[in-house]
Amino acid sequence: MDSQRSSNTSPSAVPGNQPDQRPFLEFHAKKLLHTAQGKEWLDIRFSLEKGQTLAIYGPSGAGKTTLLRILAGLTEVSKGFIRLGDQTWLDTVGRKCQPTRHRAIGFVFQDFALFPNLTVRKQLEYALPRPTKAIPASTASTASTAFRATAEPPLIDELLSLMELEALQHHHPALLSGGQQQRVALARAIARRPSLLLLDEPLSALDDEMRNKLQEYIGKVQQRYHLTTILVSHHLPEILRLADTAITLKHGRIESQGPPATLFRANAPAPLTSTAQSPQISLCATITAIVPAGDHFIITVRYATSSFDISVTPQQAANMSIGQVVSVYIQHLEV
Amino acid sequence: MNDHLTIDWQPLWLSLKLASVTMLILLVIGIPLAWWLAYSRRRWKFAVEAVISLPMVLPPSVLGFYLLLAFSPGNDFGRFLDHYLDLRLVFTFPGLVLASLIYSLPFMVNPVLAGFRGLPADWKEASHTLGKSELVTLFRILLPNIRASLITGAVLSFAHTIGEFGVVMMIGGSIPGQTKVASVAIYDEVLSTNYPLANRYAIVLLVLSFLILLLVYGINHYYNKYKTLP
Repeated sequence: MDSQRSSNTSPSAVPGNQPDQRPFLEFHAKKLLHTAQGKEWLDIRFSLEKGQTLAIYGPSGAGKTTLLRILAGLTEVSKGFIRLGDQTWLDTVGRKCQPTRHRAIGFVFQDFALFPNLTVRKQLEYALPRPTKAIPASTASTASTAFRATAEPPLIDELLSLMELEALQHHHPALLSGGQQQRVALARAIARRPSLLLLDEPLSALDDEMRNKLQEYIGKVQQRYHLTTILVSHHLPEILRLADTAITLKHGRIESQGPPATLFRANAPAPLTSTAQSPQISLCATITAIVPAGDHFIITVRYATSSFDISVTPQQAANMSIGQVVSVYIQHLEV
Repeated sequence: MNDHLTIDWQPLWLSLKLASVTMLILLVIGIPLAWWLAYSRRRWKFAVEAVISLPMVLPPSVLGFYLLLAFSPGNDFGRFLDHYLDLRLVFTFPGLVLASLIYSLPFMVNPVLAGFRGLPADWKEASHTLGKSELVTLFRILLPNIRASLITGAVLSFAHTIGEFGVVMMIGGSIPGQTKVASVAIYDEVLSTNYPLANRYAIVLLVLSFLILLLVYGINHYYNKYKTLP
């Protein structure tokens, strides 16, 4: 019934479709944004399969955070449709809007939004849904099986151990470092047993080393709980590492979408010499070190699990930074 | 011989009783009101804020005068209260409580409102994303984090009620054990030129008021210094 009523707003809900053939998440929203550049319409539609991680990339003011807030029900739209599993969260045509607390989301805010009055353990306990009424039965059916199999106290203990927070569990957030607070925020979002995990630039405030470590934690969590995740990020290595698919936003619209490796390679500057005679392979690699060596520099780049060194001129090195993603072109030479 | 210097503790006791009752009722009324003012999206809520703050700038005698008119049995509203609810608010303790509630309301609402407005907006949002209702969020997250504001509001409304004079004179008069509070007792002693006794009441009120303010500033100092959050 929902799909019929909303067929003019929902991207792929065709009347008569079987529910299991539809994507896990369907999203469409239209909203007037007031940005520094003036008024601009945010108009975005996308869908996402269960268990996948979608990265949202784009310049600031493009509507990335607004998109997450609309999903969470924290920001209103003029027109929109959101369905997750068999639940319709928002349908402006059918005048339906689930309040935030009835949407099974785990939201990790950019500044973590930890409650100063609760210890680490109490934050997680606070997030636990009350067995009787906090999560409606229909939501529970869309929640991961990993959660349903777990009784409550073990979930807290498991999360504390997974995030290496056991030693800090009786501390208040004010005493924790940025990276520790980030782990608490992530653990708390998962203790809520979400069907959809929303991460709003969760690692932006951290240095490279901590960022790497936390990407590991996020990866672990995604694997352990089979979460469908939407990640807002302006950090390409993070997207390449964590996301299955990505969307780039510009002025409130989707500029491009696809697997991150393809998407961000396509956005890289075109190679200077690319002819049929000298075919090229290009790959996106992350700079992990820049070391001066006499009159030139050696940069170390990582691609997948392997690293290799490349010699560059000082002028080239001046434009590079650790963590930056670069396109490396491998050219076949006829000897 | 020193009978005229013997302090009658009843007005002081009555002042404390009036202030305590007022403070407790104001906690119950003031917190939801401040919460509504902080988070409602109604455009006209600024008008409600102005009405609540009115007693702060209005001469107490003006407020007392209109309350006297409203509660007077010679008036429709007063007659209605008298006939149907058997409630006489002029020159009675319940009338004083009601007047004090209106008179001290801004002293409860404004600090609590400032407390709510000082909290990061995303704490409330985060609580909702964790599946918690407005009520659970209020009691588990918002109120525990504005403890200093709550204490300030409670103590200020208590102290302000103790210091009440104009409103009490208008609507309560000076009935011993009923409406003769400490500030009125001072006035009565001054009228009968018994300055030494007036001075005794005045000193008790002065010391009490100072201790109350000392408590408020002490609590705020403690929270600012030791409970600073990142």
